[in-house]
Amino acid sequence: MGCGICRICCQVSHSNSKDIIKTFKEEASPLPRIRVERKAEVSFVIQCQHCDEPWCVYSCLTGAMQKDPVTGIVSVDSEKCMGCWTCIVACPNGALTRDMVNKSIVKCDLCPDLATPACVANCPNSALAVVDDGIVATKA
Amino acid sequence: MNTDYLIIGNSAGGIGAAEAIRSTDTTGSLIIVSEEPYPAYSRPLISEYLSHERDIEDMLYRPADFYKKHSIQLFLGKKALSIDTHQKTVKMDSGENIHWKKLLLATGGIPIIPPVKGHDKKGVFSFLSLNDAREIDAFLARGGVKRAVVSGGGLIGVSVSQALRARQIHVTIIEMKDRILNTILDEAASAIAADSVKRGGGSIIVNDTVKEISGNASVREVILNSGEQIQCEMVIMAIGVLPQTELAKSAGIAVNRGITVDRYMMTSKPDIYACGDVAEAYDFIIGSNRLTPLWPNAYIGGRIAGFNMAGAKTEYRGGTAMNSINYFNLSIATAGMVSAPAEENSFETLTKVNNATYRKVIIHDNRIAGLILVGDIDKSGILFGLMRKNIDVTTFKSALLADDFGLAYLPASIRKEQLGETVIN
Repeated sequence: MGCGICRICCQVSHSNSKDIIKTFKEEASPLPRIRVERKAEVSFVIQCQHCDEPWCVYSCLTGAMQKDPVTGIVSVDSEKCMGCWTCIVACPNGALTRDMVNKSIVKCDLCPDLATPACVANCPNSALAVVDDGIVATKA
Repeated sequence: MNTDYLIIGNSAGGIGAAEAIRSTDTTGSLIIVSEEPYPAYSRPLISEYLSHERDIEDMLYRPADFYKKHSIQLFLGKKALSIDTHQKTVKMDSGENIHWKKLLLATGGIPIIPPVKGHDKKGVFSFLSLNDAREIDAFLARGGVKRAVVSGGGLIGVSVSQALRARQIHVTIIEMKDRILNTILDEAASAIAADSVKRGGGSIIVNDTVKEISGNASVREVILNSGEQIQCEMVIMAIGVLPQTELAKSAGIAVNRGITVDRYMMTSKPDIYACGDVAEAYDFIIGSNRLTPLWPNAYIGGRIAGFNMAGAKTEYRGGTAMNSINYFNLSIATAGMVSAPAEENSFETLTKVNNATYRKVIIHDNRIAGLILVGDIDKSGILFGLMRKNIDVTTFKSALLADDFGLAYLPASIRKEQLGETVIN
């Protein structure tokens, strides 16, 4: 239904405090790693698909973007990232977020410290799920 | 000395090939040789080296244990002198004769230094390699450099200008054509980029070239074709890059402007492949081979070459011009053609101008043939993805430049193909 609660929970999950009030009132709120798309009756969320053909990894100018050969997870090393945004042009899903302050990409990391990614765990409509290949999917 | 795979060149293309080879063949012997003395580093980061934002260890393209982990024998600081395509050997300047089964030429490009009078004076540099950046840095460290002239307003010229501005050097860019970044930006986007350069303290002179560099032993002044004289202590030659094709040419491998390769990245000689800035590979927008000397294309082309070298036949789907320009606090994303060809009415150009943003999409044959986004570039990847996949955009053409454009605008069938079962509706 495109409520956007997943987006808020994504930000909380990537905050220092992990507290919703502090995240938005006291901290420089972390950027969301998820985008809610809405158009008429269609709504769904998009985040990194951890692609088999990771164009962002292939296109990365510094080697900051890598795909783990074992887990398949695509991650960014924010120290190595120079903020050139070449991966933004490369990603066919527009799933990467520019952090202008830290000159680095931020992206879905599937919430490694949580049993279930925050977006999935907090969707009031149970519309999000972790599917077989480990990525987050939107159900109808 | 024998090896299954020999890769000449240790940058994006060579590494792309090595990674693909190792994902297919974990045991075959693999040698990478490079004239440069460093493990693979990110060439685009040399501007951050020069601006003192990064040191060499923060520029490595792959972790320090990369070569060991992938059982790659690395020959650094060594130059390949000649190829014997019949004996399948490469002769090195260090005396080795390396016998290979599959060879990759990823020799990159060399800066064009036009033979203008005075180009050999102290204080004239190019800006392509880490050594170039180190030489400029050492020259600045000696003191007394306040003004630099950058000859060439392309990506290299703009990136070195930003680094020099960060070092408090006054910079004047001299561009031969009527605008900077003219091969990747149209007039409107180039004007915005030029404003950013100027706001960052750089000066730009267009429609002019450096005719002479004067001074005794060291640079003192640049004289332009127009007669204008600019006092400076340093000149950066950033006119362009030439594919380093001598090795291929002398071995009888077909070379046009670069080494020509087929859709499997193979040269005119069997078992010899080429990729990166030295290769003329397939461009899916123009539908034929051309040079696209860009880091991502080098890696992707190298990757395809590597698969084919290792026996996993893989077709190169092609690359095209694709850049994210991010200098002087400005973000520009561009891909494909920058302007519809003049006198062609089969092209349609959509543009949208807001306060700080400029968006343009060129459509040909119902497909996206070019895009330029200035300012808000976040959706550039979706547009480039549609371009790369050659998707007919007729039914959602009017939405391509909408502020909220996204995957939701794509027909469900296309979205499903792109996202698989991850969005079900």
